[in-house]
Amino acid sequence: MSFESLLTLRERLRRREISAEELTRYYLERIERLDPRLRAYITVTPDQALSAAREADRRLAAGEDLPLLGLPVAIKDNICTRGIRTTCASKILENFVPPYDATVVERLKAAGAVLLGKTNLDEFAMGSSTENSTFFPTRNPWDLERVPGGSSGGSAAAVAADLCAASLGSDTGGSIRQPASFCGVVGFKPTYGRVSRYGLVAFASSLDQIGPLTRTVADAALVLQVIGGPDERDSTSWPEPQPDYLEALKAPVEGMKLGLVREAFGEGLSEEVRSVVEEAFRALKDLGCELREVSLPHMEYALAAYYIIAPAEASSNLARYDGVKYGFRAEGRDLLEMYKKTRSEGFGPEVKRRIMLGTYALSAGYYEAFYRKASQVRTLIRRDFEVAFREVDLLLLPASPTPAFRLGEKTDDPLQMYLSDIYTIPVNLAGLPGLSLPVGLAEGKLPVGLQVIGPQLADDRVLALAHHLERALALELKPPLE
Amino acid sequence: MAISKEEVQHVAHLARLEFSEEDLERFTRELSSILDYVAKLSEVDTSGVEPTYNALRLTNRFREDQTRSSFPPEEILANAPEREGTSFVVPRVIRS
Repeated sequence: MSFESLLTLRERLRRREISAEELTRYYLERIERLDPRLRAYITVTPDQALSAAREADRRLAAGEDLPLLGLPVAIKDNICTRGIRTTCASKILENFVPPYDATVVERLKAAGAVLLGKTNLDEFAMGSSTENSTFFPTRNPWDLERVPGGSSGGSAAAVAADLCAASLGSDTGGSIRQPASFCGVVGFKPTYGRVSRYGLVAFASSLDQIGPLTRTVADAALVLQVIGGPDERDSTSWPEPQPDYLEALKAPVEGMKLGLVREAFGEGLSEEVRSVVEEAFRALKDLGCELREVSLPHMEYALAAYYIIAPAEASSNLARYDGVKYGFRAEGRDLLEMYKKTRSEGFGPEVKRRIMLGTYALSAGYYEAFYRKASQVRTLIRRDFEVAFREVDLLLLPASPTPAFRLGEKTDDPLQMYLSDIYTIPVNLAGLPGLSLPVGLAEGKLPVGLQVIGPQLADDRVLALAHHLERALALELKPPLE
Repeated sequence: MAISKEEVQHVAHLARLEFSEEDLERFTRELSSILDYVAKLSEVDTSGVEPTYNALRLTNRFREDQTRSSFPPEEILANAPEREGTSFVVPRVIRS
């Protein structure tokens, strides 16, 4: 049963070839054996997982048919799980046990999924390498000296190494797509609002979006079908019902017009990534797609706008960590001293950097120059996409300018680290759906992801194209772990 | 765009953070270089451009105003760093 897709495993469970308990034990055994090297998980919950698996077996025996019945999944540790600690990889939440499930977790459980545990991330989802975790860095299953990407690095590595059948991540500036690209799995950030953010620990609320990391595109469609759709507990969730994503995969792609984003194929793109994605373009032409160049003239300003908007929202969202109601507390003689000591000792350097940047950008006298200006540039970026989508059905660009980099390579230079998200950030600013699909190995060793971007709410179209391309490429990606 | 050490100290106070002298120097350097980078936004002509705060342009949605049960106090207090009865304990706020 190794390295199989959710849909294949589901079939095997339904045919009773394997039991949910056997499947869960398979993953728990792999976690025990391989995770000491990879460190994809912060918390593993074997007892709860086995008891949920046995319950799934009872329901399978009774002929129940639920979309994820008996399938073991992992959850990024910034998504609340009732009774299971949710740390955000931060000292400040090290002992936090939520009294409720996030909507996505509630929906996974209702669909019969088995939760294996919580995966590592950059603290509060801030970072591009999972080196900013308070606890330990996660390693890339393809090369243990390299990072898995971030911030959903634990979730991506867990799927890539077959330490779960699928996982959830969150994507504020590329945190699902970039690690998916580095680890050779499918990572999908749906349209903003398609998936409820209730129970996702907020980083930058106007950009955050939960999405699946999976082995195949069809698996991503299946997970999205389960976790997506309107939620009255999140007022920013899209009120209309979602389409049938699995059904949408059957849509033909012949004649589709695909735009290659000119600004992404110039300076800064590594030759190894370029040559792998160009192979994928040839496959798309063979599928009957028409490729043409398009321009996003304001793309070069997206990173700067993001590094005002996201920290500004983060500085406000992270104001709640004051040592009073939950989390870590440091002692102080008075309230102010307690707040300052708690936050200074509880947050790591990257989180502090962003809180400082955000507080500065929102402070008196600077709001117009920074936050308002960045939000206006956000409008121009959104409009660039709208113009491009008048000409083409979908856009293509790499998920990251380079394959996975080495641990420690960028930790001393925040700006260099930020640049690794340059191709993913514009998508969050415009609220679009974006998917990273593995399209090959750079120099035969490290995975490369191609990003497919659609107009708002065209999640189904993105999935359909990626599904057809995946089938055309027919890659078998298995990291050299054992 | 240079930011002074004093400004960083002031922002740290607003953000309820404090830094050692060494960290203060490092943060001042790093924030200056990031602000230098974001200064490129000033190259963009944004006159007459409405800002985007929510990409989907959703307006507020309201649910029925119904009373419903919330979490029991015991569950909410379970994560408190310090508590007494049904209250969170904080250092004294009112001076005697």
